[in-house]
Amino acid sequence: MSDLTRLTAAQMADAMAAGDITSVQLTQAHLDRIGAVDGDVHAFLHIDAEGALATAAAVDADRAAGVELPALAGVPIALKDLLVTKGLPTTAGSKILEGWIPPYDATVTRKIREARMPILGKTNLDEFAMGSSTEHSGYGPTHNPWDLERIPGGSGGGSAAALASWEAPLAIGSDTGGSIRQPASVTGTVGVKPTYGGVSRFGAIALASSLDQLGPCGRTVLDTALLHEVIGGHDEMDATSLNEPVPAVVAAAREGALGDLTGVRIGVVKELRGDDSGEGGGYQAGVKQRFQESLDKLQAAGAEIVEVSCPNFEYALAAYYLILPSEASSNLAKFDSVRFGLRVETGTIERTMGATRAEGFGDEVKRRIMLGTYALSAGFYDAYYGSAQKVRTLVQQDFAAAFEQADVLVSPTTPTTPFKLGERIDDPLAMYLNDVATIPANLAGIPGMSLPSGVAPEDGLPTGFQILAPAHEDARLYRVGAALEAALAAEWGGSLMDQAPELEVRS
Amino acid sequence: MSYNYESATRDFDPVFGIEVHVELNTKTKMFCGCANEFGAEPNTQVCPVCLGLPGAMPVPNQKAVESAIRLGLSLGCSIRESSRFARKNYFYPDLSKDYQISQFDEPTCYEGELEVVLDDGTAVMIGIERAHIEEDAGKNTHKGGSGGIQGADYSLVDYNRGGVPLVEIVTHPIEGMGNRTAEVARAYVATIRDIVKALGISDGRMEQGSVRADVNLSLRAKAADGEDQSAIEFGKRSETKNVNSLRAIENAIHHEAGRQADLLSAGKPVVQETRHWHEDTKSTTPGRSKEQAEDYRYFPEPDMLPVQPSREWVEELRATIPEHPAKMRKRLQADWGFADMEMRDAINADALDLIADTVAAGAKPQAARKWWMGELARIANEREVAIATLPVTPHDIAELQGLVDAGTLNDKLARQALEGVLAGEGSPKAVVETRGLEIVSDDSALEAAVDQALAAQPDVLAKLQDGKIQAAGAIVGAVMKITRGQADAGRVREIILQRAGVSE
Amino acid sequence: MSSLERSDVARLAALARIDMTDQDLDRMAGQLSAIVDAVAKVAEVADSDVVATSHPIPMANIHREDVVRPSLTQEQALSGAPAAEDGRFRVPQILGEEA
Ligand SMILES: [Mg+2]
Ligand SMILES: [Zn+2]
Repeated sequence: MSDLTRLTAAQMADAMAAGDITSVQLTQAHLDRIGAVDGDVHAFLHIDAEGALATAAAVDADRAAGVELPALAGVPIALKDLLVTKGLPTTAGSKILEGWIPPYDATVTRKIREARMPILGKTNLDEFAMGSSTEHSGYGPTHNPWDLERIPGGSGGGSAAALASWEAPLAIGSDTGGSIRQPASVTGTVGVKPTYGGVSRFGAIALASSLDQLGPCGRTVLDTALLHEVIGGHDEMDATSLNEPVPAVVAAAREGALGDLTGVRIGVVKELRGDDSGEGGGYQAGVKQRFQESLDKLQAAGAEIVEVSCPNFEYALAAYYLILPSEASSNLAKFDSVRFGLRVETGTIERTMGATRAEGFGDEVKRRIMLGTYALSAGFYDAYYGSAQKVRTLVQQDFAAAFEQADVLVSPTTPTTPFKLGERIDDPLAMYLNDVATIPANLAGIPGMSLPSGVAPEDGLPTGFQILAPAHEDARLYRVGAALEAALAAEWGGSLMDQAPELEVRS
Repeated sequence: MSYNYESATRDFDPVFGIEVHVELNTKTKMFCGCANEFGAEPNTQVCPVCLGLPGAMPVPNQKAVESAIRLGLSLGCSIRESSRFARKNYFYPDLSKDYQISQFDEPTCYEGELEVVLDDGTAVMIGIERAHIEEDAGKNTHKGGSGGIQGADYSLVDYNRGGVPLVEIVTHPIEGMGNRTAEVARAYVATIRDIVKALGISDGRMEQGSVRADVNLSLRAKAADGEDQSAIEFGKRSETKNVNSLRAIENAIHHEAGRQADLLSAGKPVVQETRHWHEDTKSTTPGRSKEQAEDYRYFPEPDMLPVQPSREWVEELRATIPEHPAKMRKRLQADWGFADMEMRDAINADALDLIADTVAAGAKPQAARKWWMGELARIANEREVAIATLPVTPHDIAELQGLVDAGTLNDKLARQALEGVLAGEGSPKAVVETRGLEIVSDDSALEAAVDQALAAQPDVLAKLQDGKIQAAGAIVGAVMKITRGQADAGRVREIILQRAGVSE
Repeated sequence: MSSLERSDVARLAALARIDMTDQDLDRMAGQLSAIVDAVAKVAEVADSDVVATSHPIPMANIHREDVVRPSLTQEQALSGAPAAEDGRFRVPQILGEEA
């Protein structure tokens, strides 16, 4: 049998439905692949072979018995390790949660289980999703399958690398400022941040509650759409969850793949295309080149390209780095050694809390907690947190005006291809600049997608194309994304992942 | 020199404020579906939300929001068109998330006014600053050492109470009450308690902590003649925490006024601080002194959305607000024709609702009052329980009185029937039946008893026939003995005279 | 904007309950100052007539019915506890306020 791990998720589902393969075979193939390459990639923090195979066997038995099954039943999946899983270790990439076994399931975990998808394991991330490289994981970095010396993006580098190394066909990510889209961009995969509230956050360990959004990660636009429909929808356990049907993203992906974008207006955000200096500067030449080529493809498919301006995006990064740490400083207070997780007992409970948090949290987490504590403290609130929330209003106004002129907005996902591990670890501000193009969507709550636009000629590493749509209009991302994907695949004679270097297989 | 309350409030102008925390009696907690019940095994009414586990999220309880709005309306508050929850950040082991979800700059209810009636009928208006919704914390138990927190070896935490819905009611500063300050404070809290009970949103039990008060007090210098008192600055205040009975509120103010007056008159500063009330010594001691003022870093709770009650909904809720307890009392007193003293005693004994319910069940007001304030108050006192907790209902009492009015029971038998009810033998009618308590009204039975008694005391019969009718009393007593008290004494007397062949 | 001194950082560390050595404080003071200077620009456009947005999608009145849902068992509740006793979470001595 050919390598099952190279199929798309949609093909896997079809092959199982046709009786050509079983979920046990498929799941075992992925577990074997993980065993062969994850020693180098380190996408996973925890692997649940037994649980995954048990789910697979049950699906196979039900299928054999003629039981009706959900669309992705039997297709394996990897979960970012900030999703709480009953009975499976959950760490959020932090030493402070080492060994914690949650007594409950996140809503998305429950939906994955109900969809009968074998859970391969939990993927690596920057500690508490704070970072753009996974170098801030308490359990060591993940390596980019395109070049093991380089970062896989972050915070969802583990999920993206699992996809790019053929260890999993689908994965769950979380996106607070780009943590789904930026890793997708630098690993040549697809990632979507849905409209805020489109996927329940219940059971996702919170970083910044007003920015966090769980979303689907895949290697193709259609696969990502299939997963989006599994995890989306209203949840009464999340008060910020949208009470509306999941957008018809699978239908939109199928429509887009037909390649006709006639009448679709695509807005290029002037401030995010890397033409000028300032926050928008520092774009790599190959990134700009592939972005322009993708625009040409969209135009060729019938879309109208317009330029839009979002002048307040200049302040988005600053606002983000106030709102995120503020909310995070409060969300991470509960890691206090009382009810779960690490305890470094040192005299009184007050001293024990201080010692535990000093030992359990890494530098980046401490930095952001301190920054948030500062931004919220008496006398500084108005200037920092209060002003940042006003910038948020201005960013929303910019988007509203831009969406008057365009149906979707586009930009490169990240200014550069993946940088080397260790290159920016000591320069937080340089690290933060990775997220300049992805952050505005989180501030405004709108949906965004990153999909591959090629490899930069100068370094042969993946570049990403970002599509943004108005809130609730997630389907537009999939239509435009699938059209671009189809046009590029036609030119390349296959997917971008086919161009990825082969990893060394160890037994 | 040592000030007492009277001299302190004579020489200084006391200014006070009260924060009352009302625990709501919703079925579930404020932000999760765990049961809101008192007394369960530790950590059995907890879930990922109220235990503050990673990933969990709060969803507000509609009924609790509704209760808060109804309470706000009862306090004359405005209901904010858009209010929201905020996080109050501080680390403490009983606070599971290490922040309390409360309301800060946008409380649901704000700016009200409440009329409080003192014992002598004086009405005082108390300004309400706000009434906001928040969650309770868990409970720490201190182990080892003395058992108190000081010197304890370690503590145990139970989060069953964590997340229970509270409404915190904050007054504006109340000035100019002089030596009636303590009385006003007590009457204010009593009124709040009565209102929440009338609304049915809390059981109002101070002894169980479902209504708790923090009392702020400061003293300021008195204006000289012709000077404007309001131009004089407030003094530094103390905040006495968790004062949990009406009497303790008065006592705490008495103590704090004296303590502060002693300091001020000695030229020493009053420290602005939190103090603890000690019921045993009737005094306060300072809480932990903090090196720096707390910085709670409030910010809008990002996991929840604003509360925006529609005008229609607020008006619907307003229509469910019961009569103000003070007004209701005035009306009841007029309806029932109670003397001031009778009314006050009933209120102080917490018997007003019981009397009202007994009257509603058909008893006459004075009869209802006599039962509750007489026999039942005595029994409750004997058993050292609250009168309302006795195992007898207003309906039982009305039924009992009905039996008396119908001549089925005399007073003595009625008390026996009540004894049976309290012993769990059923309704008064059931007790009368099973114990056979009915008055004997069958004449032939009474005649036999009279004949038996007359035969036993021939000398009395002779006296009667001699015209000494007052001697009949001895025979009545004997007959009552024979019938075990179940005879109508008047009828027995008639029969005696008839059998003796005499007339009055 | 002003830079953070070591004493400022020490106060923040106490508020955030993270023990820090003098070295930590110095390093953190430098890094935080740089970040704070960079993000202070938000004040440039935050005029008083701009309303603050605390939630990206405007919604309101999301409530839950007052209906009991199953709780965790005591065993589940305590399953992750560093220390427990008598069905309760055990913590070292509290230097706090009187209960
Ligand atoms: Mg409070
Ligand atoms: Zn709960």
